[in-house]
Amino acid sequence: MSTSDYDPACLPDLLPLYYRRLFPFSQYYRWLSYGGVTKNYFLNREFSFTLKDDIYVRYQSFSTQNELEKEMQKMNPYKIDIGAVYSHRPSQHNTVKSGTFQALEKELVFDIDMTDYDDVRSCCSAADICSKCWTLMTIAIRILDRALRDDFGFQHLLWVYSGRRGVHCWVCDEAARKLSVAARSAVAEYLSLVKGGEETVKKVVLSDPIHPFISQSLSVVERYFPQYALVGQDLLSSKESVDKVLSLLPEDILCHSLHDLLNLYQTEKNPLKRWDKLKAVVHHKRATSKKGGQYFEKEIMLQYCYPRLDVNVSKGVNHLLKSPFSVHPKTGRISVPIDLRNLDKFDPFEVPTISLICEELDKPRAGEEEEDDTKDKENETDPGERRKIRDYKRTSLAKYIKMFDQFLDAMARSRKGEMLKKSDLQKEF
Amino acid sequence: MQFTGRRRKLTVHPQNELYGHCLQLYGQPPLENISLSEFETFAVERLKLLKTVENLGVSFVKMSEQYSKKLHAEISGLNFPFRPEKRRKDHISHFILRLAYCQTEDLRRWFIQQEMDLFRHRFTDLLPKDLLSMYHFTRISSRYWKRLMLISTFALVQVPFQDALDLVRTRKVFLQGGYAYIPHQDIVTIVLNDFRTRLSKALALTARSLPAVQSDERLQPLLNHLSHAYVGQDYSIQKNIGKVSLEQIDALSAKSFPLCMRQLHKALRDSHHLRHGGRMQYGLFLKGIGLTLEQALQFWRSEFIRGKVDADKFDKAYAYSIRHMFGKEGKRTDYTPYSCMKVILSNPPSQGDYHGCPFRHSDPELLKQKLQSYKLSPSGIIQILDLVKGMHYQLACQKYFELTHNIEDAGFSLNHPNQYFMESQKLLSGGKDIKKEVEMPQKVQENAAANGAITLFTSENLINFQT
Repeated sequence: MSTSDYDPACLPDLLPLYYRRLFPFSQYYRWLSYGGVTKNYFLNREFSFTLKDDIYVRYQSFSTQNELEKEMQKMNPYKIDIGAVYSHRPSQHNTVKSGTFQALEKELVFDIDMTDYDDVRSCCSAADICSKCWTLMTIAIRILDRALRDDFGFQHLLWVYSGRRGVHCWVCDEAARKLSVAARSAVAEYLSLVKGGEETVKKVVLSDPIHPFISQSLSVVERYFPQYALVGQDLLSSKESVDKVLSLLPEDILCHSLHDLLNLYQTEKNPLKRWDKLKAVVHHKRATSKKGGQYFEKEIMLQYCYPRLDVNVSKGVNHLLKSPFSVHPKTGRISVPIDLRNLDKFDPFEVPTISLICEELDKPRAGEEEEDDTKDKENETDPGERRKIRDYKRTSLAKYIKMFDQFLDAMARSRKGEMLKKSDLQKEF
Repeated sequence: MQFTGRRRKLTVHPQNELYGHCLQLYGQPPLENISLSEFETFAVERLKLLKTVENLGVSFVKMSEQYSKKLHAEISGLNFPFRPEKRRKDHISHFILRLAYCQTEDLRRWFIQQEMDLFRHRFTDLLPKDLLSMYHFTRISSRYWKRLMLISTFALVQVPFQDALDLVRTRKVFLQGGYAYIPHQDIVTIVLNDFRTRLSKALALTARSLPAVQSDERLQPLLNHLSHAYVGQDYSIQKNIGKVSLEQIDALSAKSFPLCMRQLHKALRDSHHLRHGGRMQYGLFLKGIGLTLEQALQFWRSEFIRGKVDADKFDKAYAYSIRHMFGKEGKRTDYTPYSCMKVILSNPPSQGDYHGCPFRHSDPELLKQKLQSYKLSPSGIIQILDLVKGMHYQLACQKYFELTHNIEDAGFSLNHPNQYFMESQKLLSGGKDIKKEVEMPQKVQENAAANGAITLFTSENLINFQT
């Protein structure tokens, strides 16, 4: 049992332990410094903390990793958010002449929240998630990751579990960090297909020509649709669910085929076959229909499965987003990176909680002590640091920090490559 | 200022390299010497071209086939085709007009709009292979053209996606690896945006350096006149002089006067007085419709003495200026009636004034009320107000013409109050050929007035022209 029965009331006791012995400060600092290429990049970054009793403090900034550590260990924040890199130290923003304190750069971020799918999932609602609807996140990650890499050319994407009901994407490329509000909004809109709120019934409308991005996204959706929607979400298994799907069809087709379609869930037991029948009936009627309905099946699949992202989160350069490796106070889960190489195997319920990893801290694994002593002598690490490194390594957090390290290594290699290219161009030796 | 002799000298670039492509972005100013007469000719001709662009844009849907055909014809007619010799003219004339049109927001806006329309027309005329040669030339100055690909006859331009946000946002373009691949016909929007931004910045910069240019006395009057220039008929010579009687004026003001003159006439009748700006604008208009000096004197006198002015004071103070208007006093220049552009752009009215263009200078609410009091249809009023909001003042007046004359289409492009009068009279008299011949000044006369035409520099001095 990996949850180890997390109790939010224990947070005040667990957080100090977490921040003193487990939180990966050096990797965190390494990330946000981005190789020290831009001066004061870390110094001018805004953090915000939510403390006990919902006290919220903004414009926190730190000049060194040490300062960050000390402050976090002192404040023991329940939540940590990361904001933008500003023109001045955020902690001194009040001393700056009004108008000159500006958000300059920030990672391009995306927030996919399961509650945005409440109108199309039948298994859960609101803050609840289960293994059935988690597939929506899998689909979202596949579609967005491909598009951000292939279409937009971004390379350094960090996908993170939000801790409760969604995922975040941090696009860390230099080009992404420098994007304007207009550019971020354009990217988010390019990636948006599901439009409309409570009042809109049909949220996806396709027209000719179908953009390659849409076809690419559809092939991902089509892969998951039968198992996820037809089986898992019991689409077309009850009168209500059939009605809901039918409401997405064009009026004139609906009128003509209503009788046939409504009986679908009775005459056909196999949900997969029901879908095929639905398609067949509509195709047949469509031949006689005048307008629309050309892409109805694609539109239905997209409405039930396509990623729903909050454009406002992505648009703002100064928007604050929950930090990776922060704790989710309600679930206790750590916001850990998601390994895209094993995406289908990711289980949000297996993500370590703060109580679990604190527990694991006190249980040394056999033979570990000796092994580490030898390693320390080789690397010349001091006992304090050694203990710290040993600490997270013996917990379930280890593999996630390793993932994070690999992500940071890739960025470092990329930076080195860029510098070589630049110096080649300038013919420096 | 350098005086280098009579012949033109090309200083930096050999002509075929500079003008090797057919469409220019006007990135660099010309660096050669030209004569004053060429300076003026180029400027006036380009101004005519831009006014033509404006008029065609008003009469036809922009970029429609009709529009394109007509504009193409006008461009060659005005001597601006694509041939290399003419590209130099295109280049130089553009920069001269920058000097004239950088000074106020209104002028800049007008200039940028016409230059953009002209550019768009020329751009869409380009064949993909021309685009390729243009790319090679502008590659150094334009950051847009990352790569131009030619796939048989279909041209695509590869730009970073950040430079094509509108196309990206609406998924109207193919993206790969962070680049947008834009088909030739869609490139124009992006290039136009770039063109507008650059020109706008350049005009702002030019305005700052203008004092230095204006200190040259040979240029200053010319540049001033250019920005107020009206290059159509000037209604200064009318063959129907004396055909309008004073008794007719009240009726005519409601039937055939444009709104500005109707407003002035009413103000004059109501307050028995008009201030200087109003007297000039209205007085010259009346001259243009055919009033003789004697009629004018009688008209103004009879009105003014109903007010606070007695006969003596009128003869002393006001009669002189009326005679002046007719060229009978002082310099004896025969002033020409104001064009719409002049009315709209110069001498805005202040408190107590009734001159100017009501579509431009009146509060929209008051304008609406006035139009309602004239019993114009509500839908018509809305159309007029929309045009006003879009700053199409002359179009709004045209609409007023159409509504008051009960016709669908005015059939002409309005740019002069006397033109309005003439067209109205033509329409009301059943289109009979009214025997007034208005002479078109081909080149500007030497006794041309300061307010309408361009003074000719007869000097042969050379100037070194640099922005």
